Amino acid sequence: MADTSVKDPVEFFVTEDPHHHDGGDHEEHHHETGTMLGFWIYLMSDCLIFGILFATYAVLGQNYAAGPAPSDLFELDMILVSTFMLLFSSITYGFAVLRMDRNDLKGTLVWLMVTGGFGLAFLYLEYAEFSHLIHLGATPQASAFLSSFFFLVGTHGMHVLGGSIWLVVLLIQLSQRGLTHENKRRVMCLSLFWHFLDLIWIGVFSLVYLTGVLL
Amino acid sequence: MASQAHHGTSASALDVHPFWGKLSWDAFPFHEPIVLVTFIGVVLGGLALVGALTYFRLWGYLWKNWFTSIDHKKIGIMYMILGLVMLLRGFADALLMRGHQALAASGGEGYLNAHHYDQIFTAHGVIMIFFVAMPFVTGFMNYVMPLQIGARDVAFPFLNNFSFWLTVSGAILIMVSLFVGEFSTAGWLAYAPFSGLEFSPSVGMDYYLWALNIAGIGTTLSGINLVVTIVKMRAPGMDYMKMPVFVWTTLCTNVLIVATFPVLAATLALLTADRYLGTHFFTNDLGGSPMMYVNLIWIWGHPEVYILVLPVFGIFSEIVPTFTGKRLFGYASMVYATCVIMVLSYIVWLHHFFTMGAGANVNAFFGITTMIISIPTGAKMFNWLFTMYKGRVRFDVPMLWVMGFMITFVIGGMTGVLLAVPPADYVLHNSLFLIAHFHNVIIGGVVFGIFAGIVYWWPKAFGFSLDPFWGKVSFWCWIIGFYLAFMPLYVLGLMGVTRRLSQFEDTFYSIYFIVALVGALFIAAGIGAFIVQIVVSVMRRKELADETGDPWGGRTLEWATSSPPPYYNFAFSPKVHEIDAFTHMKREGYTRPTDGFMPIHMPHYTATGVVLAGLLTVMGFALIWHIWWLAAASFAAALIYGIGHTFNYNRDYYIPAAEVREIENQRTQQLAKAAD
Amino acid sequence: MSDHAKGGHGSLKSYVVGFVLSVILTVIPFWVVMGEPFDSKGLAVAVIFILGGTQMMVHIHYFLHVTIKAEEGWQAMSIGLTILLLVIIMSGSIWVMFNLQENMMPAHEQIERVRNLP
Repeated sequence: MADTSVKDPVEFFVTEDPHHHDGGDHEEHHHETGTMLGFWIYLMSDCLIFGILFATYAVLGQNYAAGPAPSDLFELDMILVSTFMLLFSSITYGFAVLRMDRNDLKGTLVWLMVTGGFGLAFLYLEYAEFSHLIHLGATPQASAFLSSFFFLVGTHGMHVLGGSIWLVVLLIQLSQRGLTHENKRRVMCLSLFWHFLDLIWIGVFSLVYLTGVLL
Repeated sequence: MASQAHHGTSASALDVHPFWGKLSWDAFPFHEPIVLVTFIGVVLGGLALVGALTYFRLWGYLWKNWFTSIDHKKIGIMYMILGLVMLLRGFADALLMRGHQALAASGGEGYLNAHHYDQIFTAHGVIMIFFVAMPFVTGFMNYVMPLQIGARDVAFPFLNNFSFWLTVSGAILIMVSLFVGEFSTAGWLAYAPFSGLEFSPSVGMDYYLWALNIAGIGTTLSGINLVVTIVKMRAPGMDYMKMPVFVWTTLCTNVLIVATFPVLAATLALLTADRYLGTHFFTNDLGGSPMMYVNLIWIWGHPEVYILVLPVFGIFSEIVPTFTGKRLFGYASMVYATCVIMVLSYIVWLHHFFTMGAGANVNAFFGITTMIISIPTGAKMFNWLFTMYKGRVRFDVPMLWVMGFMITFVIGGMTGVLLAVPPADYVLHNSLFLIAHFHNVIIGGVVFGIFAGIVYWWPKAFGFSLDPFWGKVSFWCWIIGFYLAFMPLYVLGLMGVTRRLSQFEDTFYSIYFIVALVGALFIAAGIGAFIVQIVVSVMRRKELADETGDPWGGRTLEWATSSPPPYYNFAFSPKVHEIDAFTHMKREGYTRPTDGFMPIHMPHYTATGVVLAGLLTVMGFALIWHIWWLAAASFAAALIYGIGHTFNYNRDYYIPAAEVREIENQRTQQLAKAAD
Repeated sequence: MSDHAKGGHGSLKSYVVGFVLSVILTVIPFWVVMGEPFDSKGLAVAVIFILGGTQMMVHIHYFLHVTIKAEEGWQAMSIGLTILLLVIIMSGSIWVMFNLQENMMPAHEQIERVRNLP
């Protein structure tokens, strides 16, 4: 069909490979940034899950059903300690990323382990709080307030647990293969995830704990 | 997992066996003749299929070339097959309901008891939305969009395969519920408190929850995947305002998916917690709020209908210019309308429960936003009309579906605006008028669009066109059947007949239900003709073959490659200069490069998606039947297997330039033959 | 990748600044509740939410490194859309549910009053 006014095919097709395929590959490049963007969009959708849980807490959080209210239950000093565990873990993760940028594998590993330690401390504090509440009879089954409290805070906790498991896997992968391109990308994805959880926690302590105790 | 904290909550009047959970012989439908006969039929049919596959030694082929495939085209086709299979199941439910109501309204009792009838209308709704319409539109987006943007695959090919198998997993759970235990009776959105443990203690609701939870994860992952594909992998030169409209609607649809399916997941998770952990989100007692459930589920539910209809708006926007031989009228307004619909769809959800009684202010706000959303939709309708105006319209089968859509959808849209008026809704809510309305938009919009798309892109996918005669038969059966089946329901709704009724005292309604049944039989003939169309076309594939790759005079890039496209789609990435890139190429007299091929980077096929989804299906089944050990074991297995997959570094390879050259030379010869 | 990577990882300074700001923005709201400096609960709640929102912004900027330009603007655009949707979902749900409770779930005393009508 194409015989009149033949034009140079270059106009309609990419006939020259801009990168050689064993160097900084074009396709590879797509993939790398694509993964970061994809992960970011996943985080946004996760954010909306938390949005629903926050909305549920906001609507149902004062239905105590003649049971305990936040001011009867929450111990703010422990929550402050938990908050600091997450804050410390955020900055130590930052240090890990900075070491990674310098191609310092050992430093990266060490800071990641410190981060994991703070994460576990946070999880332990949450576990202690939950078991204390259940011991008091303030179980998720006791009232809509407690259902939405446990579900919101517990979902955040499950995310921290998931992040910690991921951290362990990542430590293994880093010590097996070092700071490869792929592993660096994984460190950056987990970094986004970890800081994101910290962000959610700000909402949790502001809405659930502080406002709850106050009102 | 949910396992530990369970014991002590009410409903488990059934014993929970430590090994079998709630599963026992009673779960099998030996006492329900209709289900038993279906069961035997399905088992025999299934055995025949398995036998045939084994006899012709197709298992290895299916596994290696299809199930483990991460080629977006094959995954797209598999989505379409899933949609078609589930369409037959969902339509069988519809036919059962129509037949039963025709009998029950004519003085008899019908053949379904109330409990069974409730399961059938629930299954019909769930299947048609989640496992027919969703797989079909996802299939189109998967198959067509990467070709239209000149890409070689989606951004995350493995994830694509995994998403598909998660959808299959949900479909399998729904199908299993037919024969093991029962399905939900709570309607397609499972309103609380009826869907709670107190009023629905059986496994039916649990089938619903786990099927949708698992399939929903798949849909969300697929949404992320397709958004990133469009953002990152467009051919050079394809700016956002040069993307085909179908790509635009795909983008908006998937943004909506990513932004709403988490809402569904969270809402269903809360209901699941109510049922499994004894929490009180949506119960009547201890501070729970059933109204909150309705509020949350519709925050997802309304955008969902736009998730279904936006892609088919895209399909129509491809078909109309092609068969009119003109570029689309008002490209930019089409794009803006799509984006506006995307955002507006988020602020209309309350119109689904005006009658719950939020008061005049709230109802007025949501009534007005609902009416506003018809403006961009109307703009689209005018764009299609103006495209056709003074064009040379070719009435091929895809165009027939478009015409059928335009007439039918406008009627459905106008009854929708009627329902958007809160006082009118107080009269019409929960009546058959509503049923007629949403079938009018979903069949007239989504289903007609799906058939239009199938006929339009079939030659691209398989290398031969569909037989036009049987296509026309199918179209006329569908459109006549639709009007016969649903116009009586409008009348019945205005007379006050409510939905979801299995028995009728008054035989006055008889004639309307009989006409509706005749309509359903016409639709059955339409589906039959569609299947005949496929069979006939496969048999006549030599005559109907498409050698050029461009059977309709297409305007977008998918028509620039061969039919079916090679697995790498394009030997050279196209460069784009205008909207309707392929039309531009043809107008400028492009030449296809026949030399200078380069190795192409492609991902390996992998079984991980199938295996993971299989494990999650087992987990879902175990959770439904409270078989805790199996749920824990399959979840742990899936977790370990999934983590193990991240240690697999051998994921891609290069197609050697010689292989590309060989395939492209065949294409050159094919083109030369076609030109003779 | 490299350009984007350098831009997205932050520096020691940015992490430390972010951390210090976060500590301040965490401690003040806790003090507002534990030390009870305000008489008005409304004021205290306002302070908590304003500081909470500010701290989220600090995290987004200093830890998540969201910039207008990253990913052709898609990062900022997606977070903007998410925030919009969160506002719609949360304020919409609260508004709708408040009205529903108000109209359809009359308070306990009201039911009693109706019940005790002569």
